[in-house]
Amino acid sequence: MAHGKTRGSGSLGPILIVLGALLVLWYVAALGMNWDRQAGLYQRTGVPMPPVTQVVGDLLNMDKPMLPAPHQVATEVWKTTVEQAVTSRRSLVYHGWATLSATLLGFVIGTALGIGLAVLIVHNDAADRSMLPWIIASQTVPILAIAPMLIVVLNAIGIEGLLPKALISAYLSFFPVVVGMVKGFRSPEPILLDLMRTYSAARAQVFAKLRWPMAMPYLFASMKVGIAASLVGAIVGELPAGGAGLGARLLAGSYYGQTVQIWAALVVAAVMSGTLVMLVGLGERWVTARMGARPA
Amino acid sequence: MTRLSTLLTLAAALLLGAIIVLPFVTTDGWVRQSWDYSPVISFCLVSLIFIFWYRHRLPAAIPGTLATVGGLILLSILPGIEAARAGFWAMLASVWVLAWLFAERLSADLRAKAAPSPVLGALIPIAFGAVILLVWEAGTRGGNVSPVLLPPPSGIGTAILDNTSRLWADFQQTFLRAVLIGYAIGCGSAFIVAILVDRSPFLRRGLLPLGNFVSALPIVGIAPILVMWFGFDWHSKAAVVVAMTFFPMLVNTLAGLEATSAIERDLMRTYAASPWQSLLKLRLPAAAPFIFNALKINSTLALIGAIVAEFFGSPVVGMGFRMSSEIGKLNLPLVWAEIAVAALAGSLFYFVIALVERAVTFWHPSVRRGRA
Repeated sequence: MAHGKTRGSGSLGPILIVLGALLVLWYVAALGMNWDRQAGLYQRTGVPMPPVTQVVGDLLNMDKPMLPAPHQVATEVWKTTVEQAVTSRRSLVYHGWATLSATLLGFVIGTALGIGLAVLIVHNDAADRSMLPWIIASQTVPILAIAPMLIVVLNAIGIEGLLPKALISAYLSFFPVVVGMVKGFRSPEPILLDLMRTYSAARAQVFAKLRWPMAMPYLFASMKVGIAASLVGAIVGELPAGGAGLGARLLAGSYYGQTVQIWAALVVAAVMSGTLVMLVGLGERWVTARMGARPA
Repeated sequence: MTRLSTLLTLAAALLLGAIIVLPFVTTDGWVRQSWDYSPVISFCLVSLIFIFWYRHRLPAAIPGTLATVGGLILLSILPGIEAARAGFWAMLASVWVLAWLFAERLSADLRAKAAPSPVLGALIPIAFGAVILLVWEAGTRGGNVSPVLLPPPSGIGTAILDNTSRLWADFQQTFLRAVLIGYAIGCGSAFIVAILVDRSPFLRRGLLPLGNFVSALPIVGIAPILVMWFGFDWHSKAAVVVAMTFFPMLVNTLAGLEATSAIERDLMRTYAASPWQSLLKLRLPAAAPFIFNALKINSTLALIGAIVAEFFGSPVVGMGFRMSSEIGKLNLPLVWAEIAVAALAGSLFYFVIALVERAVTFWHPSVRRGRA
């Protein structure tokens, strides 16, 4: 624990400084990118060029900027999360929940499927040889790109709501879990497997007492990748639906040129992704502590 | 013979018996039995004879050949039938079980080193793919599944052949322009930034956690913004690809540059190597597996980014545009043709990078073992 802490505080300074530099860059970029639009606006309304301070103020507070300033995005997020009723269609909490529920359902399905396939692959030679190449090939298919199509097709046959989005999420999250868990289940060294043989342990016992515990670190590492992929799947799956969800919010924002709205949805998505990955990390700590691992 | 193989043999025998007694298909309003089709009934009888003759000593080649023949018979009778009945499905299932048995027996042989490995080893995944295609084709056509829901592979093949010029134009727009250019810019710039950042421990400590965080974000979400900034043509798609590929490459290259051990770096110091020399001769080669890992991840991400970005606005050409417009017309075979092209392009892209990786990182344990 002590070691982790010192390392954390050691990189906190650099992270904050890099973040600060990015924020400054963002403001500068907002000034530069919004200039054309604002100049056009002055010209059309016939306003003579105002003093520099006001121009800067105008550039950073445009209604539909090319690049909204950070404080505009922050205000929009605040307005649409805290100040709106949760049930309102203008509330990002409402949209965020739609995305989150699909993400979680898909993640659970994907993880369960991934673990199941990994168990099969580890215990059956034929499954290993026949399926693993195709599972890897399945990820070179840009399935995410066809996610909106699948949603439309599934809607056409009456499967609506949460499930289609969750299926996309599941497809994206099962892969890291399969690959990670196959590696994890195979991580016990021959000498450990031999020891289990001397105990005349059955296959199921070897699995429960040796393979499964040893695969835990791999499981959490894959779940971190999987849950992030799951969120991306849910967002892209929402693009055509036009209903609730952060993806629908992105598309609506892009149709009406509401850039601030797009950025706000993106920020919420980013926060959600970071939180989910962090939660998996916390779960990992809890499980490894319960399993008696020495705190690193 | 393992217990699973015995069970599979038993299942195959039961299914073959079921084909003979169950109603097979409906044609012209009439229910036909398996004995109305001489290839089907001979397939059943020959298979049963083989199974009972060999029982426990069934060599892999026999279920393999039987499954192939059975699959071809199924495909040949598909055009003439109106609807599949229980016998037809039993035959499909028996072909599946025979193929599975083939995979079981062959992998047991391979494990016992009774067979030369590389060529025969590739047969198992090929058989699996072929069975999936067969089940897809026979299932959709025999079960009269609407092509809107899922077109059969043959329908997708026809759509590809009928629309080659259109597909080629879409491929050029999306893959040859947006994906390749964006991929080169994204990976290249991330590589250069990583080399520069590596010179400053301060920047590295600040950027690495941030890069890790950003890699987990749904970056594809900035597609609408970039389409707004760079217009509808391929430039905006390339920009999305750049944004999606940058961070995985940055993080992996930085991690790779850390991969050398202290003793190796000390050796370079005893040679009085300059930082650039040690970078070129030691640290970059050591980073190669990490870099190629990022290049492989990015090959898929790039295709996804370009196609998704086209949903937010594009000229009237491009793979993403074609998919979203054809789905509106419920012209699903063309959509699937586009998906097949994308899948093929994605797999080839990945494959080429994997080949280059093998050539460059020939010293890595995972590659050396693969060559055995």
